Amino acid sequence: MVNVTTQGLPAQAAQAKAAQAAQAKALAPAERALSMIGGDLTEKSLKLHLEGLAGVDAVGLEQRAAALGTRSIKTTSKAWALDTIIELIDLTTLEGADTPGKIRSLVAKAVNPDPSDATTPRVAAVCVYGDMVPHAVSALGGAWSGGTGSGINVAAVATAFPSGRASLAVKIADTSEAVASGADEIDMVIDRGAFLAGNFGLVFDQIVAVKEACRRSDGSFAHLKVILETGELNTYDNVRRASWLAILAGGDFIKTSTGKVSPAATLPVTLLMLEVVRDWHRLTGERIGVKPAGGIRTSKDAIKYLVTVAETVGEEWLSPHLFRFGASSLLNDVLLQRQKMTTGRYSGPDYVTMD
Amino acid sequence: MTRLAIPKTYKLYIGGKFPRSESGRTYEVSTKDGRFLANASLASRKDARDAVVAARSAFAGWSSATGYNRGQVLYRIAELLEGRRDQFVDELSATEGLTKPAATAQVDTAIDAWVWYAGWADKYVQVAGNANAVSGPYFNLSTPEPTGVVAIIAPQSGNSLLGLASVIAPAILTGNTVVVVASESAPLAAVSLSEVLATSDVPGGVVNILTGSPAEIAPWLAGHADVNAIDLAGAGLLDWVDLQIIAADTLKRVLAPEDGAPPPSLERIVAFTETKTVWHTKSLI
Repeated sequence: MVNVTTQGLPAQAAQAKAAQAAQAKALAPAERALSMIGGDLTEKSLKLHLEGLAGVDAVGLEQRAAALGTRSIKTTSKAWALDTIIELIDLTTLEGADTPGKIRSLVAKAVNPDPSDATTPRVAAVCVYGDMVPHAVSALGGAWSGGTGSGINVAAVATAFPSGRASLAVKIADTSEAVASGADEIDMVIDRGAFLAGNFGLVFDQIVAVKEACRRSDGSFAHLKVILETGELNTYDNVRRASWLAILAGGDFIKTSTGKVSPAATLPVTLLMLEVVRDWHRLTGERIGVKPAGGIRTSKDAIKYLVTVAETVGEEWLSPHLFRFGASSLLNDVLLQRQKMTTGRYSGPDYVTMD
Repeated sequence: MTRLAIPKTYKLYIGGKFPRSESGRTYEVSTKDGRFLANASLASRKDARDAVVAARSAFAGWSSATGYNRGQVLYRIAELLEGRRDQFVDELSATEGLTKPAATAQVDTAIDAWVWYAGWADKYVQVAGNANAVSGPYFNLSTPEPTGVVAIIAPQSGNSLLGLASVIAPAILTGNTVVVVASESAPLAAVSLSEVLATSDVPGGVVNILTGSPAEIAPWLAGHADVNAIDLAGAGLLDWVDLQIIAADTLKRVLAPEDGAPPPSLERIVAFTETKTVWHTKSLI
């Protein structure tokens, strides 16, 4: 704190920075589960706990999500929503054909999404494969947050993304390598096979181990986002259990999907995960983030998610450290809408950069 | 017992589907002497926006079809128009107050114009393109290519079918996709034409037809950054100079208003094409 004020920053910024630092020092792995379930944390007690969660009213959930999707957001609210969406985007490229050049152009877009309008905000993070992290960090240069909490984060997918079918040793190596090369956030996938087989303890242990692998040399942690791949979990009950499991094991964020499986993020699933996060906050006072990813391509869809977040967990969550969109083509649509709002005329794909 | 007539709902034609206007609005179409004829959809700017999206997504497929293929598709439309002659004759007599022979003459002229244009699909490149003489060992070839999405204000005073055929056919035969604002006072022929198109081999989105007020929709199309050209054929009674100015902001090709239905011409075909010139070495001499 003293150190910060000597740099001449205003007191408010210093406070924000201290809060950010506190957030970075998350709970040590599995501490949550110990305090929630009790001292004798075993496979059985975990299973009893997760299976004791109330079932999801699927019809009610879908109806609620559909109702939240009907809000009409216009003019100044829409302008605010569009800028907020950009600030919440994890601009993503996860292709086998990713090249350092592609990463550089992605980063250029993240830093300056609309070159024709300097008032456009920057995105929250770029999301790349682990081996592309050094390229992303060097391309970001001074725009990289580097753990400071201001600037653009680099998120890396790890743990044998997208299938998660690899040994724990491989997953840990994958994670620590990405963290060592500068990743601020790790997007891990859970072992859906183990989860569906009812082997909750294995999934739990893997998340704990990966969380531990997120520890940097200075003791702080890279933010851990746990991808549930809800498209493969089949039921809403499973999504609720997996969300709960991921939070208990120490995830900072729960993320819907890899984007490689259809269906990816849907509004009901995201609403359900937000409800888990809300319940967790009521129980413990701790704030967990949510990231819907995949399939959100239009501003209209994204605005529905904003409404859902604000109505479920509160507007406080509409900030990059608690809510993200995992998207690539969404940004272009938001930029087109933004240009339409500034110029009063419909814009076209010729006026934004290609992905 | 008297039979209850089933009145037809006239809808828009966007992306191969027949939606109502997004705005939910309709307007009354009357006969020439003022009797109620039908309710037609009153398209809004958002319908125009949706139509442009549909036209843009249809462009890649339609423009990459061969000229021969596009010609065959257009001939097929002419065949289907021929099969619906009576319906068009009835609609034209009702909306434009034409006598039966006059209405029949217009339908025949429209079909003939369509066939005339269809024949150009695999020939206009040879006429409008060129092998240029250059001073060097190169082939230098100029060929016309479609401009992209063309917005069209169809002729508004009379000739509702002929006018429509005379602006749509030349634009699409080269591979463009179009968003057409039909005649406001006589939209029935346009809606029936869209039914013909929907049952023909034209891919959805190549022709999109909006009914409603050109004065309301034209400025949005003229300013739309994803529209590459605008044909103001029927915009004579609008503030078309302003439309040209708006269109210039995004460097659109513009055709000025015309009186009545534009006569068949090669100029109309070439108006919405871009010339591509390539150099190629004369190797292996």
